[in-house]
Amino acid sequence: MLAWRQVRYENRLFWRTPMAAFFTLFFPLMFLLLFNLLFAGDPMEIAGRGSFTVTQFFAPSLAAFAAASATYTNIGIGTAISRDQGILKRFRGTPLPPWLYMFGRVASGIWIAAIAVLIMITIGVVFYDLHVYPSKLPAVILAFMVGTGSFAALGLALAALAPTGNSAPAVANATILPIAFISDVFIPISNPPEWLVTVGNIFPLKHFVRPLQDGFSPFVTSTTPEWDHIAVMAIWGVAGVLAALRFFVWEPRTSGRMSRRRRPA
Amino acid sequence: MPAIEIRGLTKTYGDVEAVRGVDLVIETGEVFALLGPNGAGKTTIVEILEGHRRRTSGEVSVLGYDPAHAMRDFRERIGIVLQSSGINLELTVRENLELFGAMYPKRRNVDEVIQIVGLEEKADARIKTLSGGQVRRIDLALGIVGDPELIFLDEPTTGFDPSARRRSWTLIDNLRSLGKTILLTTHYMDEAQNLADRVAVIAGGLIVAEGTPDTLGGRDGGGVVVAFRVPPGTAGLPDPFASHLDESGGVSVEIEDPTRALHALTTWALSAGVTLDGLTVTRPSLEDVYLQLTGEHDSG
Repeated sequence: MLAWRQVRYENRLFWRTPMAAFFTLFFPLMFLLLFNLLFAGDPMEIAGRGSFTVTQFFAPSLAAFAAASATYTNIGIGTAISRDQGILKRFRGTPLPPWLYMFGRVASGIWIAAIAVLIMITIGVVFYDLHVYPSKLPAVILAFMVGTGSFAALGLALAALAPTGNSAPAVANATILPIAFISDVFIPISNPPEWLVTVGNIFPLKHFVRPLQDGFSPFVTSTTPEWDHIAVMAIWGVAGVLAALRFFVWEPRTSGRMSRRRRPA
Repeated sequence: MPAIEIRGLTKTYGDVEAVRGVDLVIETGEVFALLGPNGAGKTTIVEILEGHRRRTSGEVSVLGYDPAHAMRDFRERIGIVLQSSGINLELTVRENLELFGAMYPKRRNVDEVIQIVGLEEKADARIKTLSGGQVRRIDLALGIVGDPELIFLDEPTTGFDPSARRRSWTLIDNLRSLGKTILLTTHYMDEAQNLADRVAVIAGGLIVAEGTPDTLGGRDGGGVVVAFRVPPGTAGLPDPFASHLDESGGVSVEIEDPTRALHALTTWALSAGVTLDGLTVTRPSLEDVYLQLTGEHDSG
C-alpha cells in the first residue's frame, strides 16, 4: 500500500539522519535532566496525592515541545531541503498523488512525535517518579493528536514559505524557540507582563503544553478534554493547511539552473 | 496517433522568450533527439511535455493527454530522467527502486532493472556512496522502473566516461527494441547519430533543422570534401582541383558532383603517374552541420 510505503520511507530517512534524531529525541531529554539538576530539592508532598518532583511539570511540557519539534521543525526543514535537492520534483513526475507524499511526511512526523513523548514519559516514570493518571490519558492523547496534526500542517506551511532549504532551519528555530519560552515549556514565568501572556496565548504551543501538563498535574482532576486549547490548535492547523495549499511548490527555488534560464542568453 | 504532438509552442520567462513557436511530431516507437547548445530551450520543451512546466501558448498532446492538466494515469505511462534531480542519499539503490516502482501499475522487476543499468554490485549500497556516473544510472533505472511507454531522457549521459556512455547507448537501444518512444536531449553529436531515428536541432528557442541524422541540414545532398596531396608544383591537375593546389602540394576542395570530379581526378593521376597521397572523400559531419546551424542563431 502506497500510503504505508511513504510513511515507512520517511521514517527510514529520519532514523538514517542522526542529527534530526538527536535533536528531536535527545535534546528535550537533556532539558529534563538539566531541570532536575537545577531544581533538585525535596519532593513536594501533596496531602492525599503523594510526593512529586519537578518532573511532574516538566516532563509533559518538554514532551509537548519534543512533539512540536518532531512535526513542525522536522517536517518543515526536511520538506524544504527535499524540495531544494530536487527530490520533490522527482516525486512530482511519478504517479504518486501529491497528497500521499504529504501524508507520508505528516504521519511519519506524528509517529516520531509519539516515540519522543513515550521516551520522555518512560524516563520520567523510571527515573523521576512521574505519576501517570490513566483516567486522564484519553484527553491527553486527543490533545496530542490534534497538536501534532496542527504542528505538522504548520511544518508544511513553513516548508512552503521558507525561501530556501538552507534558511528553513533558521526560520524554524527563530519561530519555535521564542514561542517555547513564552509558552511555559521551560520555566514557568512567575509574574510575566500581561502582553507577554497574551502573545503566548495567541500561538499554538501553549495550548499544546497546557492539556499535557494538566493531564499529569496532581491538582487537576477533570478527565474531560480541554476543548478551548484544542480549538486554538485546530485553528492554527487549518491555517497551516491553507498556507501550504496556497504556497507549496515542488520545484527547487534556488536551483542554479532556474536562475540561469531566467537570465537572457 | 503520434506519441507527441506540439503546435506553436511558446514559453516566456518574464520578458525572455525561451521557446518561440515550436512544431514537432514524434511517432510512437521513435527515438527522437533534441539537439542544441545550453540555453537553447531543450529542457524547457521537455519539461513542458513532462508536465513540470506550464506553457505560455500553443497546443501540446502527449500520449493523447495535455500534460498541463494530466495527472496520475498520464504519469503511469511516462518515465522521466531529469537533467538534474535529487535522490535520497540515505536510501540504497534497491530501496529507491522499490519505493518508486511501487507507484506504477506495470512495474518492472527491481533486480532486473538493477541489472539493466549495471548496478548489481551497488544494489544494497546507499546512494551517497555511489559515484556521479552511478547516480546517473540510478536516475535512468528510476525512469524505467515503471515500464513506461514514453521515456524522457534529458541529457542522460552528460558527464559519463566513454565506456559508460556506450553502455547507456546499448540500454537505450534495448528500450527502442521494446517499442518504447524515447525523447532525448543531448549536446553530443555522436549520441544523436548513434541513437536517434530523427533529430531536431534547436537554437534560440526555435527548431532550425529537423531530419534523420543522415539527412539533417542537407548532409545527404551533394557537398563532399575531397582532399589529397601531390608533389609541390605538380601541373596538369583537372578542374576544379588545379585552382586549389597550395604551395606544399595539398588540395582540399568542396565538390557538388563528386562522381564526375573523382573520375576525372583518378584518370588524370593514373595517366600522369602521380600518387594521390592521403586521398579522402568526406561528407560534412553532423557536428559541422550542427555548428553551422546553431552558429547562425547564436544571437538568440
